[in-house]
Amino acid sequence: MTHWITVIAFLALLVTGAEIVVSHPRFYWGEVGNIQTHPLFVLPIPASRDTVPTGYRFVMPDENGWSRYLHFEAAWVVVLTGLVYGLASLWSGHFRKDLLPAPADWNWRSFREVFASYLRRAPPDKSDGYSYNVVQRTAYLAVIVVLFPLVIWTGLAMSPAFEGAFPWAVAVLGGRQSARTLHFFISGFLLLFLVVHVTMVVLAGFRSRMRAMITGHTASSPSNPRSTHEQHLTT
Amino acid sequence: MSNISRRRLITTGLAATAGVAGLAAADRIARRYGLIPPDNVGFFGPGETLTYAAQRLMTTHSLAREFPRNMISKTPFANETAPPNEAFKRHQAVGFSDWRLSVDGMVARPTSFSLPDLRSLPVHSQITEVACEEGWSYIAEWIGTPLVHVLDAVGVLPQARYVVYFSIEPDWWESIDMADALHPQTFLTLGMNDGDLPVGFGGPLRLRVPRQLGYKSVKYITHITATDSLKKFGKGLGSASPEGGYAWYAGI
Repeated sequence: MTHWITVIAFLALLVTGAEIVVSHPRFYWGEVGNIQTHPLFVLPIPASRDTVPTGYRFVMPDENGWSRYLHFEAAWVVVLTGLVYGLASLWSGHFRKDLLPAPADWNWRSFREVFASYLRRAPPDKSDGYSYNVVQRTAYLAVIVVLFPLVIWTGLAMSPAFEGAFPWAVAVLGGRQSARTLHFFISGFLLLFLVVHVTMVVLAGFRSRMRAMITGHTASSPSNPRSTHEQHLTT
Repeated sequence: MSNISRRRLITTGLAATAGVAGLAAADRIARRYGLIPPDNVGFFGPGETLTYAAQRLMTTHSLAREFPRNMISKTPFANETAPPNEAFKRHQAVGFSDWRLSVDGMVARPTSFSLPDLRSLPVHSQITEVACEEGWSYIAEWIGTPLVHVLDAVGVLPQARYVVYFSIEPDWWESIDMADALHPQTFLTLGMNDGDLPVGFGGPLRLRVPRQLGYKSVKYITHITATDSLKKFGKGLGSASPEGGYAWYAGI
């Protein structure tokens, strides 16, 4: 449930975020930056404002108004859903049981073994149907406890009112324009995760995975530990 | 498939009831304390209200960041504006000597101020950043009369909840709540970087609202009115921005 709400909100954030970038596809480092200062880099795309020199002779339609409205609304959905998910996961032990890698697995050899089995296109273990391997666990944890908090922080660091109330939160990032640049790259990492994640789901068998995600059950394991755990909780 | 147990049913029911009651209570508290923005309409209304309410609760009295003098931008960028209208050109031709700022609405003494009148009130300066909704920014020193001194001079009434301000250019108007109107850094700006405020940056008179994005800092101000409701201005969404698709509250 929280997964699918986050999917919808995250896609809305990606699209509107891209739309907002189009109004000024130049990035800077430090506190300030505008078309008269030296950019860190420039995206080779046309802009939606004619004040930005892009080399293109046309200007894209300006859709910033609703994009900004939707960006912040979707951000609230992600934040509130994330809080529910985070608290519920701590409460139910989902973090500890399903996401924290086992200490014994937390080494390069386990990582190498997983990648090697991916590269060999080895048939998955029986256990892979209902448990995450160390690479999956690490990737999911990185997204949940590192990338999402960072993208929210760097986003808030562009809010003039938030900056006033929490100036240190902007200063440690190197300034408002640094926060904007970091926000762009962290969003890029999240997009990269999305692409890999969807690819892996497709490779693992899209229909059976979707069925498992929506119903919470896997077809191949009538007595899988997760559903007995749930029954145990509810009785 | 596990059965839906009685306990789970009761818990879910209680949680849903608490949720609905919580929302109703939140709505009443938000209305009471003025945490609902005027553009709380349509699909984006809930997100907008959450943003405005959260920021108002956290930032009512916080100050915009001020910077050391050596961080003033060498190349500030004056965003483009529409070509000035005839009325503005007439003022420009005489060096803005006839420029007036009329202040009315919910005030005890409606007054028309000349630029020297404004300069005779306490004049302050601040080195703050202008951040545009597009993403760019610059830092400048802004010199002017805090709006709160003007509002004190005209005796703004306690019922006033918003201040609406108009440019000499038609259809360019904005409004702010009293938290921003009475804020010590909200300036009727007359000067920039130790000189007069250039026309490109809003001269002769710009209302700077440094805790919000650049588009709330309207250029060429001629009229300010205090009100308890924004319903009767324009389409009732608070300012020209929501009518053009942009949020009324631009603190984010």
